[in-house]
Amino acid sequence: MKSLAGTGGLIRLILRRDRIILPLWIVLLVAISVSYVKEYGDLFPTPDSRIKYASNAGFITLYGELSGPSLGEFVTWRLGFVPVMVGLISLLTVIRHTRVEEETGRRELLGATVIGRHAQLAAALITVFGANLTLGVLLALGMHSQDLPLAGSVAIGIVYAGTGWFFAAVGAVAAQLTASAGTARGIAIGVLGGAYVLRAAGDTSAHTDGPLAWLSYLSPIAWAQRIHPYAENRWWLGALMLVATIALTTTAVVLATRRDIGAGLLPDKLGPADGTLGSPLALAWRLHRGLLAAWTVGFALLGLLFGGVAKGVGDMMKDDPTIQEMFQRMGGSAGLIDSFLAGVMTLVGLIASAYAVQATLRLRVEESSGRAEPVLATATSRWQWAASHLVFSLLGPAVALLAAGVAEGLAYGVAIGDVGGQLPRLIGAALAQLPAVWVLAAIAIAIFGFFPQASMISWAGPAVCILIGLVSAGVATAGWIRNISPFTHLPSLPGGTVSAGPLITLLAIAVVVGFAGLVGLRRRDLPA
Amino acid sequence: MPAAISTEGLVKSFGQTFALDGLDLTVRTGEVHGFLGPNGAGKTTTIRILLGMTRADEGTARVLDGDPWSDATDLHRRLAYVPGDVTLWPNLSGGEAIDLLGRMRGGIDKKRKAELLERFDLDPRKKARAYSKGNRQKVALVAALASDVELLLLDEPTSGLDPLMEEVFREVVKETGRTVLLSSHILSEVEALCDRVTIIRAGRAVESGTLSELRHLTRTSIQAELVGPMNGLAQLAGVHDLKETEGRVQFDVDTDEINTVLRRLTEIGVRSLVSQPPSLEELFLRLYEPEAVQ
Repeated sequence: MKSLAGTGGLIRLILRRDRIILPLWIVLLVAISVSYVKEYGDLFPTPDSRIKYASNAGFITLYGELSGPSLGEFVTWRLGFVPVMVGLISLLTVIRHTRVEEETGRRELLGATVIGRHAQLAAALITVFGANLTLGVLLALGMHSQDLPLAGSVAIGIVYAGTGWFFAAVGAVAAQLTASAGTARGIAIGVLGGAYVLRAAGDTSAHTDGPLAWLSYLSPIAWAQRIHPYAENRWWLGALMLVATIALTTTAVVLATRRDIGAGLLPDKLGPADGTLGSPLALAWRLHRGLLAAWTVGFALLGLLFGGVAKGVGDMMKDDPTIQEMFQRMGGSAGLIDSFLAGVMTLVGLIASAYAVQATLRLRVEESSGRAEPVLATATSRWQWAASHLVFSLLGPAVALLAAGVAEGLAYGVAIGDVGGQLPRLIGAALAQLPAVWVLAAIAIAIFGFFPQASMISWAGPAVCILIGLVSAGVATAGWIRNISPFTHLPSLPGGTVSAGPLITLLAIAVVVGFAGLVGLRRRDLPA
Repeated sequence: MPAAISTEGLVKSFGQTFALDGLDLTVRTGEVHGFLGPNGAGKTTTIRILLGMTRADEGTARVLDGDPWSDATDLHRRLAYVPGDVTLWPNLSGGEAIDLLGRMRGGIDKKRKAELLERFDLDPRKKARAYSKGNRQKVALVAALASDVELLLLDEPTSGLDPLMEEVFREVVKETGRTVLLSSHILSEVEALCDRVTIIRAGRAVESGTLSELRHLTRTSIQAELVGPMNGLAQLAGVHDLKETEGRVQFDVDTDEINTVLRRLTEIGVRSLVSQPPSLEELFLRLYEPEAVQ
């Protein structure tokens, strides 16, 4: 066991470094999941209403098939996306504590102390496995406390924990493959996305008696889902997840023994000897293009999905006043489908604001890593440098939203045979989110300009707006709370009326706050 | 011709701690100026002020006859900087980073770049993440040295280079004929390259001048076998740590007083004499020590 020497100390180091984020996501995901029991129990009190809601083709693509009409089954089905998030967080955490440590060279510093060859990997996996187990146990207790059956509550705990374990192990394997943490993340997220797409394609095909239903059997996300908590409670599928996790972990360990510290199994490719980059903007394009492409593709998929389900949602909502009320609170306009689409657009806009903040904070990453220094020691002014990145944090979300609008317009337009009419409406609705997105980007610029060390606080902007959006969709919320979020002041599109006043006010706020941030950046010390 | 760099009474504090406490520094146009001092003395802070990245709390700084804070962009066309800790974009190859920095500075001499890559033995196709510290430093050095600039600010540029590469660095700097501010800990490098040096400690310049001027600040150690008794030798001004064993004496003498002391020695009568000039190490050890600052 010499190869595991020092694992305990490394686990303590990981817990110390993640002492806020780790408990936060566990508690948040459990709390959201448990809150769905009451929320969706009230919205859909009868088995009939639940089956009707869940039989929509779009929802089947999103969440899979409903196993049965009991409240526990219905809530589990509606929470179908949360295990995917657990998987995502798990694989990111494992890579963060393995490959990132190697890439930055910190692993080398630690490796020269009494730390075994596999201790780093073991510590990361034990921590993440433990976090997932905690999440599962808390979820089981929480669900059971809402008067759901104990066995089913344990089973949904296993769905979450099992998915987390599996993708933590996927992250561990990916971390062995390449010397770059970014590429490792790409590989692991690709596996997660692939598993989700397989499940979505298989389930959609099964629903329409298509020939591709077998695809679902290839997807570990589908395995976890088909544990069917509160229905059959298929424990053996939980065991299958465990076996798969052990197999992947073993693979990661075997790969780790075959490589040097710091090296990957896939060779690092050589780059060009002469560069074509010659300006801050060209450099920013190089640094942002991957992010931009990923968000644009993601937004296009989101648009396709929501555009595809819109017609079915409208059919279903016609005779269900509670859902009507919910969507009207979220978007609030007369036409039912329009109010659904407007609610979706707000959601898409909120997600876009996270991208805007992420892209803005690249400035801080460049500064704190020391890479801004050589650039600013050339004839590049601070404003040119900042502007080169802000092009992407302001226009990047515009491109992503445009992709969502086009995709949603096409999907919904094809469904109702009115592409020419729906495409411009939905593109307009998507781009109407921009003033609010830019306000949050501007706040991030201001924080970066004046309090660079506190830049991460910028994430509170999208987080607070998403929270306000989620809460006010579920329950009636005081006006002043809703008014904090810039998204509250956007017109409800498509369908609603547009008045220029609020849009101009939001744009003015964005310009003033963002400009103030740039003045702050011009005046302060660098790096700070 | 005005000085390439001149600062007067620079003060910079970070919270409670003073990084610079009244720094005076003059670098004449065309000279290679050594900038020495213990860790944390304020060398990097000074260079950051000269680059307009940090603003001094008090005092004035002029670089190439401009204000480093307000004229930063224009000045940066005429100078190049090599940081002590070079971080590069992991996905960019070394060649891409060199060309990027060179172009942003206003152009790069392709022939010179190829020549420098050859001399520094650097493969520009490798991705930055695959480079060692020394190779990252070479990337920054090639980018700086291949640019057509008047002034080079080099912050411990050879701390990661092997001795062969350090030799290449010395040759290249000697050839450039540009004004250089070279922050360094490597005494042989300073001795080989620098026309003048400034030594800073705790944010102040404690000494400034040519190396031979600075040598006068320290002591020569003398061993002598005397013919007669060493009467009164110990009382002479500038004599320190005198030891005597069976007609042999050993002592240190302040370089300024060496003439008087030697005259006294010959009066006594000298059978043999060994004189060791002050080494740079001794000079720096003395100046780096806290007592050196009054």
